[in-house]
Amino acid sequence: MAQGADVSGLFPEMVKASAAADVVQKKLVSLYVRAQAPRQPQLALLAVNTLRKDCAHPSPAVRGLALRSMCGLRWVGSGRAGGGEPGRGCEGRGGGGLGWAGGGARPGQAGAGGGSPTGPWRRPADARPPARRMPGIQEYLQQPLLSGLRDKASYVRRAAVLGCAKMLQLQGDSEVDGALVNELYSLLRDQDPIVVVNCLRALEEILKKEGGVVINKPIAHHLLNRMADLDQWGQSEVLTFLLRYKPRSEEELFDILNLLDGYLKSSSPSVVMAATKLFLVLAREYPHVQEDVLVRVKGPLLSACTSESRELCFTALCHVRQILGSLPGHFSSHYKKFFCSYSEPHYIKCQKMEVLCELVNDENVQQVLEELKGYCTDVSVELAQGAIFAIGNIARTYTEQCVGILTELLGLQQEHITSAVVQAFRDLVWLCPQCTDAVCRALPSCEDTIQDSEGKQALIWLLGAHGEKVPNAPYVLEDFVENVKSEMFPAVKMELLTALVRLFLSRPAECQDMLGRLLYYCIEEEMDMAVRDRGLFYYRLLQSGVEEVKRVLCSPKSDPSLGLLEDQTERSVNTWASEFNTLAPVYGRERWALVTAHQPAEPSYTCSPCTDSRNRDTESLISEGNKEVLKVHPDTSSLTLIPDVYLTAEQFEKTWLSLEMSCHLSLPWCGTVHPDTIQTALHVVHIHTIAMSKAGVQPWKAYLSAQDDTGCLFLTELLLEAADSEMQVSVKQSEAKPEALQTFVSALRTVMGTVAGLGS
Amino acid sequence: MLSQIFILSSKGDRLIHKDFRGETCGTSMDLADTFYRRITSLPGDQAPVFMAHEGRHFVHVRHAGLYFVATTTADASPFTLVEFLNRLVTLLRDFCGPLSEKNVSLNFALIYELLDEMLDYGYVQTTAPEVLRNFMHTEPVATKPFSLLDLGSIGLFGAETQQSRVAPSSAASRPVLPPRGEQGTRNEVFVDVVERLTVVIAANGTPMKVDVQGEIRLKCYLPSCVEMRIGLTEEFCVGKSELRGYGTAVRVDECAFHSSIKLDEFESGRVLKVTPSQGELTLMQYQLADDIPSPLPFRLFPTVDQDPTGRLRLYLKLRCDLPPKSQALNVRLQLPVPKGVSSLAQELSSPEQTAELQPGTKSIHWDIPRCQGGSQLSALFKLEVPGLSRASLLELGPANLAFELPAHTCSGLHVRFVRLPGPAGAPQRWVRYLTHSDSYVLRL
Repeated sequence: MAQGADVSGLFPEMVKASAAADVVQKKLVSLYVRAQAPRQPQLALLAVNTLRKDCAHPSPAVRGLALRSMCGLRWVGSGRAGGGEPGRGCEGRGGGGLGWAGGGARPGQAGAGGGSPTGPWRRPADARPPARRMPGIQEYLQQPLLSGLRDKASYVRRAAVLGCAKMLQLQGDSEVDGALVNELYSLLRDQDPIVVVNCLRALEEILKKEGGVVINKPIAHHLLNRMADLDQWGQSEVLTFLLRYKPRSEEELFDILNLLDGYLKSSSPSVVMAATKLFLVLAREYPHVQEDVLVRVKGPLLSACTSESRELCFTALCHVRQILGSLPGHFSSHYKKFFCSYSEPHYIKCQKMEVLCELVNDENVQQVLEELKGYCTDVSVELAQGAIFAIGNIARTYTEQCVGILTELLGLQQEHITSAVVQAFRDLVWLCPQCTDAVCRALPSCEDTIQDSEGKQALIWLLGAHGEKVPNAPYVLEDFVENVKSEMFPAVKMELLTALVRLFLSRPAECQDMLGRLLYYCIEEEMDMAVRDRGLFYYRLLQSGVEEVKRVLCSPKSDPSLGLLEDQTERSVNTWASEFNTLAPVYGRERWALVTAHQPAEPSYTCSPCTDSRNRDTESLISEGNKEVLKVHPDTSSLTLIPDVYLTAEQFEKTWLSLEMSCHLSLPWCGTVHPDTIQTALHVVHIHTIAMSKAGVQPWKAYLSAQDDTGCLFLTELLLEAADSEMQVSVKQSEAKPEALQTFVSALRTVMGTVAGLGS
Repeated sequence: MLSQIFILSSKGDRLIHKDFRGETCGTSMDLADTFYRRITSLPGDQAPVFMAHEGRHFVHVRHAGLYFVATTTADASPFTLVEFLNRLVTLLRDFCGPLSEKNVSLNFALIYELLDEMLDYGYVQTTAPEVLRNFMHTEPVATKPFSLLDLGSIGLFGAETQQSRVAPSSAASRPVLPPRGEQGTRNEVFVDVVERLTVVIAANGTPMKVDVQGEIRLKCYLPSCVEMRIGLTEEFCVGKSELRGYGTAVRVDECAFHSSIKLDEFESGRVLKVTPSQGELTLMQYQLADDIPSPLPFRLFPTVDQDPTGRLRLYLKLRCDLPPKSQALNVRLQLPVPKGVSSLAQELSSPEQTAELQPGTKSIHWDIPRCQGGSQLSALFKLEVPGLSRASLLELGPANLAFELPAHTCSGLHVRFVRLPGPAGAPQRWVRYLTHSDSYVLRL
């Protein structure tokens, strides 16, 4: 089963086996039933019968197991099997099921014999809607669950409490049972610590729509008092729940902090981090408390950083970086802990080098640079280049020493090292103009070793911008011009053009001839359009006179203020306190933004527009009346609509009728927009109008089509009823691709939102 | 909250797959494949531990070549996730013995049972081995029966097994859960003091960084729980300022204890009191930096010159500064050499040593199976490096040393006694010491 073999044929036999007395057998059968139930709901129903019997078993282990398996059964499709009267339906089918099994019939035929010839549960796997349990099943569940909540064995209560959360999945969007919620709140006072934590978890899920479980003063204080009984998982989870509680007074706040102080010293890093986060969040108005906590947590964090588990080490390093963002120098005296050891994997070494860059100060700079220098000659190219860039970073503050080290590295004449050094130089010269002379002295003789595009670009830029200080600059560039035909990268050619024109301004005599040759080549022979255009641009610019060229090209060659700006990224602790101990620091700022942006929104589309953050972002992108921006937008996600799809009205109608509805939503509408405006706006994002009612007709309708680059069709109907202030939108899709659909819907929503905004 | 847990082999085969919440329906099996595809084709600048996939996050730890993966939604604490997976690994080791692909697939029923009790609906219920034990019914399947022949092949002490004082090396790695009907035969307790050394020594021989990470681990096979008293060196002191004994103190910088340890006798007599449950428990973790009592175990004296024919001559002298009775095992010196190297000629001081040039990493591996304290080893390497320049000498080094020091602690910490109350026929108690090199870097 674990290997993915199809074992569904054994279902009836397994159901029979579940009646056995042996606990091991019961466990294995329950595992099987839970895994197979989504495929064969009508047969799984048979198992419910046995499980219900087990719920009254004398052994608590069996009772708990039965409850857990029963609530964990997952069904697919909107079943009809549970639609009848619960008692009879269950017995009837149960008996029938055992009968089929005894008769040796194939399960497939058995399913058909069971009164469902159309086979609503037999849909192919890819077209399957999300797992949902049958309505009706909860009627079997309710009674055992309620008695489970009052069971005298804590093991059963634990299972029952989480069973309540599982019930929610089954009920879908129906009303939350108030009595059940009250029962769960009262179970927060249970003897067993795991029952308490499970109650919090269950309530959190059941009350999700209302913002989760409420932590008021009595509950918060009760939880604080129970903390000592919990194991580490419970402790870290309760600490997370407590984040929600807002103490009423300063006195209460400090009482809580004192009570929790011991957890900052826990031997489990997860508890320490959860406690730290709670401290940081609660003490948001007391910076000295926050700072104090961060000092206290230094020890545990450092020991996690040197932990044997690489994964834990990585997580801790990411958090160290987060802290360093606001308190540079916090770990400076412990810099040696962040030296790489040779057996560590690449990703840890990279994190450590980043940390080293951030904690460098006057006292340790010598040792840190010495260490980083050692990494520059590492066998791993990525590590060596990373170390060189790290030295380049440190050079912004400690220029002289670093430039010395980097220059020394050039002597190695290794391709990847020279390339990285030159790139570091380029960035450095831009930020710290005082080191230009030293860099220019180092540049000659490294052109032979550089092979990659990035390194070449950096070198050419340096020679162009500061060529007057490098005696042989024109000759180096001449070599590049000679070999331009065999150059692979267009970016290098463009860089070469710019650099040569710039150098021409300062050293015209040496450059004029080769500039002519280069321009000739770029305009006459070059195949790449961007390079050719750049060549033509410079050609015409030169035609308009040297003064004009100087005016255009002599932009500043450095910008020291940029470096200062970057240094001032010290952020207050409060900006990241809520992100501490979440996945955000682990992914890093940029990637986390990317990850959350690509997250699909909630599955229900009936909610009002502009609720998800992505939508809001796009709307702010679109300034009124500037619909050109829309063209840029759709490529932010994976969906690309192709511009030229032409469906005839007949084709459209045929496809429309043959497809199932994929999604339906309603948009707010003010009714003053002219249809032509809509048509134009939609056309901009490659959604084509097939047919549309005239303006002012009621009800007003429009049919739209679009196709993405994989050939999936999106057909849309817009419907505006007279009295309605909302536009009804129905979308059908030729292939089931939920993400593409989502992107499409959000694009559509953006367009309609913009158009509506224009009209009002 | 976890949605799924799966264990994959290094080749991506699904060994264990459990879905706790059924959120993904038919695609949940594909998630394991998605994970494996992502992890094997990850761009170099991304860390593999956490990966995002369609609003869901993969977290994994690697252990014994296996991937232990959990998936979760966004609101989880990374520390909890990683710690839980690490705990899962420890528990599986306790219940099934040393982990391997074969062992995991043989014990799949036990592992499913364990996961079922540990997590419900994706929420951690308990990870305490003594609680879980009560609900376990499947018996572990050993990958191979215990035989005298593999004494030397695995485990903590390698070749030391012939000594009667030392427990057989594989004794501590078998599963804790005893087969039924065999109880009482294996009343054993292991106390391991394990230290990891992280050292950087500058070219002139001064230590630049010395870091010792130590742990006292207890592995207990006793069926019933009794309070155990473990006495540490009496001169043990924590922090820079504390003073004990007459200058021979064993000093550590920081020290953390497991929450179940009673410390009422720690101040007076350096005694840890613990009521262990079956399985492995880390009693104490300590750290020591920069200032260690004994000399560092190894020093390297290199001489680099060029002989008249233009070859690079490397004369390495390795001195082992351990006390004469101790020894180092499985010593390997890795020395990166200039990338242009084309061939290597070697002269080693004894026949059991070997050395070779690794063409992939352009480094010399010098293997010394055993090195007695106080001894000195030497090796002469002659390297053919076409186009040798002064700059390419920079590529030489630093050297890395990997080794194990059985029955030795760098901090000097010792366990004075392990006492169990109760009648005669007391269980076997084993105390073992091991220091191994996490990273031992010698600059040239």
